[in-house]
Amino acid sequence: MDHKLPPYATLGQRIWFYAFRVICGLIFFFLIAPILTIIPLSFNAESFFTFTPGMLALDPEAYSLRHYVDFFTNPDWQQALRNSVMIAPVATILSVSLGTLAAIGLSQSHVPFKGAIMAILISPMIVPLIISAAGMYFFYSRIGLQGTYWGVVLAHAALGIPFVIITVTATLVGFDRSLTRAAASLGANPVTTFFRIQMPLILPGVISGGLFAFITSFDEVVVVIFVGSAAQQTLPWQMFTGLREQISPTILAVATILVVISIGLLTVVELLRRRSERLRGMSPG
Amino acid sequence: MTDASAGNASQNAATARREDAARTGPMLAADGRPLKASLNRALRRQKMRALLLIAPLLIFILVTFVAPIIDMLFRSVENQIVSETLPRTVVALDDWDAQDLPSEDVYAALAYDFNEAAERRRHTRLGSRLNYETTGLSSTFRRSGRGIEDVGETYAEQFIDLDEAWEEPETWTALMAHPDWLSAQAEWAAEAEAAGRDFDEPEPAFRLAPGIADVLPETADAYRSFARTIQQEDEDSPTEEEPWNTVYLALYRDLAAQPASAVAAYFGPIAAELAAADAAVDGFETVSLREVFGEMDDAWAEMPMWETIDAFSDPYTAGYFLAAIDLQLTPDGIEAQPEDQRIYILLFQRTIFMSLVITISCVLLGYPIAYLLSNLPARTSNLLLILVLLPFWTSLLVRTSAWKVLLQQEGVINDILVWVGFIADDARLQLINNQTGTIIAMTHILLPFMILPLFSVMKTIPPYYVRAAKSLGATNWTAFWRVYFPQSIPGIGAGCILVFILSIGYYITPELVGGRTGTFISNRIAFHISESLNWGLAAALGSILLALVLVLYWIYDRMVGIDNVKLG
Repeated sequence: MDHKLPPYATLGQRIWFYAFRVICGLIFFFLIAPILTIIPLSFNAESFFTFTPGMLALDPEAYSLRHYVDFFTNPDWQQALRNSVMIAPVATILSVSLGTLAAIGLSQSHVPFKGAIMAILISPMIVPLIISAAGMYFFYSRIGLQGTYWGVVLAHAALGIPFVIITVTATLVGFDRSLTRAAASLGANPVTTFFRIQMPLILPGVISGGLFAFITSFDEVVVVIFVGSAAQQTLPWQMFTGLREQISPTILAVATILVVISIGLLTVVELLRRRSERLRGMSPG
Repeated sequence: MTDASAGNASQNAATARREDAARTGPMLAADGRPLKASLNRALRRQKMRALLLIAPLLIFILVTFVAPIIDMLFRSVENQIVSETLPRTVVALDDWDAQDLPSEDVYAALAYDFNEAAERRRHTRLGSRLNYETTGLSSTFRRSGRGIEDVGETYAEQFIDLDEAWEEPETWTALMAHPDWLSAQAEWAAEAEAAGRDFDEPEPAFRLAPGIADVLPETADAYRSFARTIQQEDEDSPTEEEPWNTVYLALYRDLAAQPASAVAAYFGPIAAELAAADAAVDGFETVSLREVFGEMDDAWAEMPMWETIDAFSDPYTAGYFLAAIDLQLTPDGIEAQPEDQRIYILLFQRTIFMSLVITISCVLLGYPIAYLLSNLPARTSNLLLILVLLPFWTSLLVRTSAWKVLLQQEGVINDILVWVGFIADDARLQLINNQTGTIIAMTHILLPFMILPLFSVMKTIPPYYVRAAKSLGATNWTAFWRVYFPQSIPGIGAGCILVFILSIGYYITPELVGGRTGTFISNRIAFHISESLNWGLAAALGSILLALVLVLYWIYDRMVGIDNVKLG
């Protein structure tokens, strides 16, 4: 089916053409509606999880910011926010720096055991989180990392690494190696070549890998529950406890804030991706 | 000779050497080495550089991620707790025939082991471990921990009635302790006296007197166990504590078992008291240890307890894996668990079944979207792609909370259905805390993982084939089904394996919206880690799940290539 209906289409074809669009529309609705529904619900003046008659009548009285106020004043939520903000960036820096180096190594032409190394480095993304969490809980308790800040950071860095490897190696596929040779022949040492020539070119890949690593850590809840202790309670953990025990509407306010953050991150990643595709001539857009 | 001619000469010599080599030996590089060796060296250096760049990350992943996984695999078979807590009993059980209750010797070994374990507060841990195999043992162990002090009391009283010296710690240290230890201990005590309160150096570790183990083997062993335990656990000194009753039990057993000549040949300290005791033990009132233990808790005088200890006395066990597939280890071999305790096979089946349903739902919903996106002009499809990527980037917890809110009985979906009039207000649908909830929410969460690989495959399918098919007279359906669809199968395969791998190990969403019937094997693993504390079983379940995922990962790698994974 093409995107335009040809003038000679039969009635059946016409019906199917529009029916297909409607079906796709419904699926898009299924994808996006749940996320959008919680946004108005988070402004509910009551502690309900559904639209009150007042909200449906667009009565301004029925809307309020009380759940947001609760989020910003409640010490539990604030502590959770602080923990999240302290853990995710450090884990991201770790995975981006180690991951970028390794991705450059992996993109060389002769790497022994490349397949096996790649499989090991990608495995944190494939192994179910509950298994990683169980293993880390057992092992980190043995070496005294369980329940510590660094234990959580190391665990999250490990989980973020596959994303960095994947995005950076993808950028390096289109990288012109003669540029580094040219730099070397003009007298630049390898470190200068890396920072002045290679890094600026692969930066979009590194940044989007970093954003993936960041969101992995920022959203992660299974591993932190097992590897962390109460002192490392992050935002998703607090939400998880909230959803499981006393479900409070503050969760919806937090969720809305997180949705806004993800929209921001998504925009940055998309812009970077299009820029790098345009630079490499891979897409007309 | 001038410089120039000298240069010429050496150049000539080099040329000659090169020509020589070309005729007779390998080709040379500019520096005169064989070219092959030179190239090999360059290649080796390149490989080394690549490995050096990868090494930090590889080591990092091996330590923070692979080692924990291996540790978990190890834990799923590890079973040192029985042989560590009851070492003597396990040895004594070696030649037990498992037909009848074990002999008095085994009960004596148990008494020594259990006394030490109870003093070190390890018996309850072993109790909970064995309770996984035979229900009820946990309380037996807890109860016995309180009763063990009295085992051997009969003998202690009789020895003390015979000679009050047996009540004195000094008698025992004189008999049992190494002279060097006694002097070191005395020195330590003097220092402690002088230093007063702040003295926190530990007492020298107890050592047995030479030769005493030959005369009184069990007593020496039991006394050493007593001395070391009170030193380590209570920071008491054997010089000030009366031994446990089990030490008197050991002394009685040694004296009763030894021929009189062995004791007569002993000339060390306390020889006189020992000889007197040896002469008297034949007249002692005796008790059956089996009865003593049986009075403490019936379980000790019954077969299941001993069968369990015997079956799990090896340092490694397949028991956890058997339990993970609803089997159990019994003295007669491997048997099925009782009907009412078989849950894991069912849970694995349910996990796989629900993952399949979710995968199929994802294909059904994802295929039209991917098709639409790949056939629209780039501008429109990029815009619509945002609608797929936004859920992909939105926190898992956010999406799960959204579904929790929407699917509740008082939630938005039920409200709308009531308002439209599809259902009555008192017949609201139960959409959450069951399988329906898990399937709906997880399909939504995993749908982008299906659409993205499908889309990236469909983008590469050239439109000419379908046009050619139509121009040859195929209907829309035939052109799609016979020409387009087969080309999109790699995308379906990649998407399906990805979604299936992700869903089979899901924990958060089933935990929050699955209720009792919609949970996965992961939820059981989490339960065993944090609530029932049966880590071995959690590790075994995890290992099985891991094996399943790795097989799928391998297939995925063969089919798609792991470095071809695309994100966004």
